[in-house]
Amino acid sequence: MDRTLDLTAALGRVVIGFLRSVGAIAIFAAEAISHLVRPPFHGRLFLKAFIEIAWFSLPVVALTAVFTGMVLALQSYTGFSRFNAEGAVANVVVLSITRELGPVLAGLMVAGRIGAAFAAEIGTMRVTDQIDALSTLSTNPMKYLVTPRILAGTLALPLLVVVADILGVMGGWLIGTQQLGFASGAYLKSTFDFLHAADVISGLIKAAVFGFVITLMGCWAGYQSGGGAQGVGRATTSAVVASSILILALDYILTAILFAR
Amino acid sequence: MSDTPKIRLRGLTKAFGSKVVLDGVDLDIRARHSMVILGGSGSGKSVTLKCILGLITPDAGTIEIDGQDVARMSRREREALNDRIGMLFQNGALFDSLPVWENVCFKLLAQRRISRRAARDKAAEVLAQVGLAASVGDLSPAELSGGMQKRVGLARAIAAEPDIIFFDEPTTGLDPIMGAVIDGLIVDCVEKLGATAVSITHDMASARRIGDDAAMIHKGRIVWRGGAANLGETGNAMVDQFARGEREGPIQMELRK
Ligand SMILES: Nc1ncnc2c1ncn2[C@@H]1O[C@H](COP(=O)(O)OP(=O)(O)OP(=O)(O)O)[C@@H](O)[C@H]1O
Ligand SMILES: [Mg+2]
Repeated sequence: MDRTLDLTAALGRVVIGFLRSVGAIAIFAAEAISHLVRPPFHGRLFLKAFIEIAWFSLPVVALTAVFTGMVLALQSYTGFSRFNAEGAVANVVVLSITRELGPVLAGLMVAGRIGAAFAAEIGTMRVTDQIDALSTLSTNPMKYLVTPRILAGTLALPLLVVVADILGVMGGWLIGTQQLGFASGAYLKSTFDFLHAADVISGLIKAAVFGFVITLMGCWAGYQSGGGAQGVGRATTSAVVASSILILALDYILTAILFAR
Repeated sequence: MSDTPKIRLRGLTKAFGSKVVLDGVDLDIRARHSMVILGGSGSGKSVTLKCILGLITPDAGTIEIDGQDVARMSRREREALNDRIGMLFQNGALFDSLPVWENVCFKLLAQRRISRRAARDKAAEVLAQVGLAASVGDLSPAELSGGMQKRVGLARAIAAEPDIIFFDEPTTGLDPIMGAVIDGLIVDCVEKLGATAVSITHDMASARRIGDDAAMIHKGRIVWRGGAANLGETGNAMVDQFARGEREGPIQMELRK
């Protein structure tokens, strides 16, 4: 009896703790967003964050996309050849990349790079009083540190995914034409024939949401961190873990919403 | 209105978890005067300053600045108040993503009182006041020694010529001569700019030089206040022990024997 009560209480604590964090993060996000419409604006910091996310993530996202496209072509060819449907390889590649793998893989890569970097940077500022110093220097720390980063993430990820889409298809085309014996023109034709605008756009919407979540969680974890270098380390880890899980969960939810019949 | 204290603390209380740090701090700080706060390490001096700045919310008690209760201020009023306050943090808290000159002129730039071009010259001018060469302006804070960082922090705190300035251990980590120069600078802020200064220091010579008034905090309360000139011969056993740095006295360090 006692033990079940203990268990219930422990479970209750976990649930309440979880809900409390969700609420706190929602308020944090709302405040960050509210600064989008309240001057002054820190355009320089937005630009810096945008370049950091879009430009410096380009190599890793590009590599991931090319290899994923190549693997997709190989694997789907093996699968489809078992019931003589090899012709569908190009379709499968382009749909998987634009709808799912482009945004999800780019999201996960950026979560590792940017989520960690932002959490570490802002966390260090927190534990060395730099965030407190901002508010004594006529600068709102949310407006200065968080809003430009979140805006940059939300806008940069779709851009990265456009690149990932193109390179992913290219990877598939490379394997298709070089190894699987497709004619280049025919491969490309079947790539684009069955591709709808909605496929690409849904992927870009996902990307924007992922970019928002990654930067939000990175900033949040850093902002909340305490306890010296160890605290910053914890913040970094939790930012990456939380945003990776959220990307996968939100991917499912967004797919369900965007393609609801 | 001239006898309204610039800053008035009443019953200021703050606990972190079960640890009570401030336990009813009452303190008046006179306008256009320099107040020195003394107290043992960990006695809550920095926390008191952060409460006044609004960086830490006290559990109980009131903080009035110019007769206005800061807890009742709107966010905009609070921001306007902070525009007039300068703070030197104990550890400097310099922005390591920005060069020194941008750190120094950060507030002026944020308030758009100066162009980026003019800020470099202004930074050189303020750096000179704290004994640093203009070339330091182009370095990053990570490239500075501890004492140089402290002085840049000081330059940043005074660059916007604030009305109220808090100095958390301004001379710790400086050589004696540079310490005296900084003390002179703090005195100038009060005498020439008419600012109200609140300094935390462990250095008694410096406390006597910069302070008009002094107060001692112990176990979360103000246990003494008086003139800073005769620290060490105040007649208060606690303050005198502290000022002379004696092991025996009413203040017992909690050391394991
Ligand atoms: N953010 C915080 N969370 C938990 N405890 C804190 C926090 N800030 C300060 N404290 C505690 O409050 C007490 C007073 O800290 P404070 O920094 O005010 O000391 P101080 O008087 O400035 O000491 P020193 O002269 O060493 O700087 C310390 O025991 C410290 O552990
Ligand atoms: Mg301190």
